[in-house]
Amino acid sequence: MLREKSRHKHHDSAVFHVQGSATYVDDVTEPIGLVHVAPGYASASSGKITSIDLDSVRRAEGVITVLTASDIKGVNDCSPAMGDDLILAQDEVFFHGQVVFAVVASSRTAARKAVKLGSIEIESLAPSVTIAQARQSDETVLPPYQFRRGEVEEQIATAQHNIKNKIDIGGQEHFYLEGQVAMATPQEGGGMHVLSSTQHPSEVQHCVARMLDVDEANVVCEVRRMGGAFGGKESQAAQWAALAALAARKTGKPAKMRLDRDDDMIMTGKRHDFQVEYEAGFNDKGILSAIKSDLYARCGCSADLSLGVNDRAMFHADNAYYYPSLEITSHRLKTNTVSNTAFRGFGGPQGMVFAERMMDEIACRLKLDPLDVRKRNLYAKGRDVTPYNMQITDNISLAMIRSLEKSSNYRTRRKVIKKFNRENTILKKGIALTPVKFGISFTLIHLNQAGALVHVYTDGSVQVNHGGTEMGQGLYTKVASVVANEFGIPAAKVKITATTTEKVPNAAPTAASAGSDLNGMAAQNACIIIKKRLATLAAQKFDCKVTELEFADGVVTGAGRSIAFAELAKQAFLERISLSSTGFYATPKISWDRENVAGTPFFYFSYGASCSEVTIDTMTGEMRVDQVDIVHDVGKSLNPAIDIGQIEGGFVQGMGWLTTEELVYNEQGRLTTHAPSTYKIPTATDIPEKFNVELWPSKGNKAATIYRSKAVGEPPVMLALSVFSAIFDAIASLKPGSVPKLNAPATPEEIMRAVNAMDADNE
Amino acid sequence: MTARTNIRFLRHGEMVELSDVDPNETVLDYLRLREHSTGTKEGCCEGDCGACTVAIGQMENGEVKYQPVNSCIQLLGSLDGKELVTVEDLTSPASPNGTLHPVQSALVKHHGSQCGFCTPGFAMSLFVLYHTDGVPDRSQINNALAGNLCRCTGYRPIVDAAFEACSQKAEPRNSGPFSLLSLGDDIFIGDDNRFFASPASENTLARLRAAHLDAVLVAGATDVGLWMTKQLRDLPKIIYLGRVGALQQIEQTENVLQIGAGVTYAAAFDVLGKFSSDIAAILRRIGSTQVRAAGTIGGNIANGSPIGDMPPVLIALDAQIELKNQTGSRSLNLADFFIDYGKQDIQADEYLANIKIPLLADNQHLRCYKISKRFDQDISSVMAAFRFTINDGVVSDARIAFGGMAATPKRAVRTESAINGLKLDDAVGWQKTADHLNEDFAPLSDMRASAGYRMATAIALLKKSRIELAEQSHTRIYGDAYVA
Ligand SMILES: Cc1cc2nc3c(=O)[nH]c(=O)nc-3n(C[C@H](O)[C@H](O)[C@H](O)COP(=O)(O)OP(=O)(O)OC[C@H]3O[C@@H](n4cnc5c(N)ncnc54)[C@H](O)[C@@H]3O)c2cc1C
Ligand code: FES
Ligand code: FES
Repeated sequence: MLREKSRHKHHDSAVFHVQGSATYVDDVTEPIGLVHVAPGYASASSGKITSIDLDSVRRAEGVITVLTASDIKGVNDCSPAMGDDLILAQDEVFFHGQVVFAVVASSRTAARKAVKLGSIEIESLAPSVTIAQARQSDETVLPPYQFRRGEVEEQIATAQHNIKNKIDIGGQEHFYLEGQVAMATPQEGGGMHVLSSTQHPSEVQHCVARMLDVDEANVVCEVRRMGGAFGGKESQAAQWAALAALAARKTGKPAKMRLDRDDDMIMTGKRHDFQVEYEAGFNDKGILSAIKSDLYARCGCSADLSLGVNDRAMFHADNAYYYPSLEITSHRLKTNTVSNTAFRGFGGPQGMVFAERMMDEIACRLKLDPLDVRKRNLYAKGRDVTPYNMQITDNISLAMIRSLEKSSNYRTRRKVIKKFNRENTILKKGIALTPVKFGISFTLIHLNQAGALVHVYTDGSVQVNHGGTEMGQGLYTKVASVVANEFGIPAAKVKITATTTEKVPNAAPTAASAGSDLNGMAAQNACIIIKKRLATLAAQKFDCKVTELEFADGVVTGAGRSIAFAELAKQAFLERISLSSTGFYATPKISWDRENVAGTPFFYFSYGASCSEVTIDTMTGEMRVDQVDIVHDVGKSLNPAIDIGQIEGGFVQGMGWLTTEELVYNEQGRLTTHAPSTYKIPTATDIPEKFNVELWPSKGNKAATIYRSKAVGEPPVMLALSVFSAIFDAIASLKPGSVPKLNAPATPEEIMRAVNAMDADNE
Repeated sequence: MTARTNIRFLRHGEMVELSDVDPNETVLDYLRLREHSTGTKEGCCEGDCGACTVAIGQMENGEVKYQPVNSCIQLLGSLDGKELVTVEDLTSPASPNGTLHPVQSALVKHHGSQCGFCTPGFAMSLFVLYHTDGVPDRSQINNALAGNLCRCTGYRPIVDAAFEACSQKAEPRNSGPFSLLSLGDDIFIGDDNRFFASPASENTLARLRAAHLDAVLVAGATDVGLWMTKQLRDLPKIIYLGRVGALQQIEQTENVLQIGAGVTYAAAFDVLGKFSSDIAAILRRIGSTQVRAAGTIGGNIANGSPIGDMPPVLIALDAQIELKNQTGSRSLNLADFFIDYGKQDIQADEYLANIKIPLLADNQHLRCYKISKRFDQDISSVMAAFRFTINDGVVSDARIAFGGMAATPKRAVRTESAINGLKLDDAVGWQKTADHLNEDFAPLSDMRASAGYRMATAIALLKKSRIELAEQSHTRIYGDAYVA
């Protein structure tokens, strides 16, 4: 149990945030002699590089040197695994925005201005940009993968009803407020120190070492905090750190690279956009007997993290529903666009959009309330084996839905909305209540490990370090609370330190929502080791058993005697007992045999449900979210305020993805929405005035996680599916029985398209 | 009279005097690179995210008034005569950790920050709201925050913090010696090849304009700023209009409202909002509070953009503009100012002086609609403005203008004449006029909307305006709070 006294009241940096004193990479006092790096790229999306003329770049004011692929002594690669992402392009470009050269100059502006003088000639090939084009050419970055069970085709054909349809689901730009940035400082003996805004310091370290051709031990990567990441700094922070390091190596000077916002949006990957084709068979009650779906994902020009992302889309193509027979096939398409990457939910949201659309469509066809169809299809006793053959043992979907149905007044509001829609011809309302079930663990099993380092000082203060990174999610705060709790000292006595590969090596990325599950456990492990030593000493002094001791309120008590924690620490020091320890954790019980679709890929599931009501204007397609009610399960919360923040923030981010956030590529493969002026994330006005979020009254995670808490980073994104379904519902009201052809994002134009298609639909 | 060769502004309660002001230096670069004050963040460098928000204090009727601006696209030179307040100024330094400003404590209390990168900008927007009279309601808070993007929190806690902090009576702030800043003199920093000039009179402006035909006039810099930060253009000669008193005037006579070209949206809001609640609703949605604090109506016209929001409204209202140079002035219909894409009827030595808007007669009705992907701070895909003169239920004169439908803001001339003479309740008759919109416009497709959607929406808005007038109804998804 986490004691209230050990819990931080606020994010550990909250005061620094509001004062502007929280330091991000670009705020670190600049070292003398610092040089600045800016990236240059070609105007084409695809083709052989025939010439690179950088003479006028070199002559430009303030330019010190120019970097090209030939400057790289080691390995020219910044990919997370497959070796297919060049730091600097070599002979060919694969997407618009691929870095071909980089300018090193005395100021940021000088570097950026000089970039414009570069001339790159490309023997341009017609790029393959869209999912349709990639399906045509059948080019993939990775082979397809499939889950299958039962006589799918037969089940669908013989069902009382069957459907066949498709949906397009757009991608999403991360739009972390702090763009990509890194600063590298050369060290004696060929070493390199890198400050990077990254979710994966170990990968940055390894990438820089490989590129410089030095031992990993010669490179340090450090990150105190990021100004947001959301997956966009998991694999895609490495390139900028590498280029800064390359500039530092070449000039012998510290070097900083901070991307301009537009460059950042053009040059870094996004959430994968998908096209899903599906068929389903179901009975009069809307209960599914079989589904068949093909998930086509635009992966971009390289594999990046597409294996995991697309696997996770498949793992979540069921959301919370049981498919007796099924075939789920994933196609990983290659295009001449930036390599798509991790984004909060990691493919899960796209898989779930399909599941929820299917529910909506079934309800529409059968003229049933979609909520009833959803409930009937939920996992339940005897219907509890997932498409990947894992049995679900912690299901609370139905209880949660019932509770929200009541608290949100769903049925009454449904009636009110029906009346509203009868009385209004221009404005229409819709409502939807959707569940979320999300599997927790990296499906790449070896990533489910974490290390920590805890030091106790002789005044009883404590420093904690671990392999996880802080991107705003409150991981540092939560782990510090765990440490305070273990030692029974106030939260303020635990000093949080920056993540660095010097202290905890070989860490997994901070991703998959698993940050506090993994690092909290690793830190606890370190505390337990130190505590054992302290306890042995105290037990000697008190002449009692170790098990009689209690660490609480800054005091260690036992056998009626007590000693201040600080005093005990000092005594231990005098007795020459180590006050420092590493800690380690590897998630137990999980396994995944990908080839045979067998095992237990998830330690547990995270659950939630949300109900949204919207109004649309059927003349213009404008939409407004009127009310949102959410209930979400975080087990025994490590920090309710932080968890609610994750839920609300995740929901709004998901809502943006499904409504206003539209990525547009032109025929030449150029992203035309590469700035916040054209790419619209939600603002304060977009959130509903009635926005109620409740934590599920949990008795604790069934799985043995840190204090029985549950992960919370990603799952709330998918609570926003209720907004998308509510828009669908509003459109469906125009012609009961007809199925709206609404794709995501539901921009005003998309809503109008779907509204107009209702008129045309004569089924 | 010789011009002053420095700028003076207040900072941390003291006067700062700078004589090395590059014409292209932004306030954000000054803060981060010169002052090494890194509390103010750069999130986009194009006025859209608000991470760089600072407050600008100005003396108005003996009182300091604050406005938030995007420091990333504001020229350093424009600070002359003002106070620059940044997040570093909010915490009073008395105690070691400082005493947080009420908006800061409220943000902490309500968990208004996660990654914290947007937070200094929010703190500054809230600081201004805190110092604005009255207790804000939800829509005013949304409005105050419309120019601040947060990707982490989902805003709810920030809105709660705003409610709490801004319901208190503001503690007056000690700004410093405003009296030391001279206000009435011309400023010229640099030489004839590279300068920042800030004339204090129309005479100097006209003279500078004539002497430097290649200089760039800058009003709010909400367009020009981006030429520098995004197109990386070097603009060696800048003539800043913000201190030319005559351009900041608003005058209302019996029939005409005259607005100086240098009047900001913020300054025009009250008078234009009274003019028509639909104009208020459009103004409310132009850019953000930050953009409207700096951006001017004159700039919106002079930039000649086909997607500016004010030109269609002003054209529908039959506004006239006055252009001036050293030798005199001329007036023309705003509709005629826009010749083609990137081409306006203005000579190199002229500047836009003012806009004259005829008031609405009792039988004239204005309806304006802004369509965009996002409600706040988004560029319109379609902007429509309709002025109908109605006698006995019949439209005697329709003036219709659209933005986003052509290479310039443009009147729907054929549609207008088709509507003239139609009864307001003649739905079928109006329906037929939609064909004429197809003749008036051939819109383009871009990342904001397709040509098809633009055209269909234009037709729908024409229909909507009729329904709203005929049925006296409100058919918009946003409630009244967002209209007036
Ligand atoms: C984040 C953001 C959001 C925006 N949102 C909107 C929006 O919703 N709707 C919209 O319409 N616009 C929007 N804009 C564009 C811009 O704010 C407006 O066009 C604004 O009115 C420009 O005014 P300004 O004073 O800032 O012009 P400046 O940038 O100072 O100047 C613009 C142009 O006009 C010229 N100019 C200015 N004043 C004069 C004069 N008196 N005589 C001759 N030439 C002159 C300048 O030389 C320049 O060419 C937005 C801009 C930003 C950065
Ligand atoms: S940095 Fe984004 S508005 Fe200035
Ligand atoms: S707290 Fe991260 S962007 Fe607002």
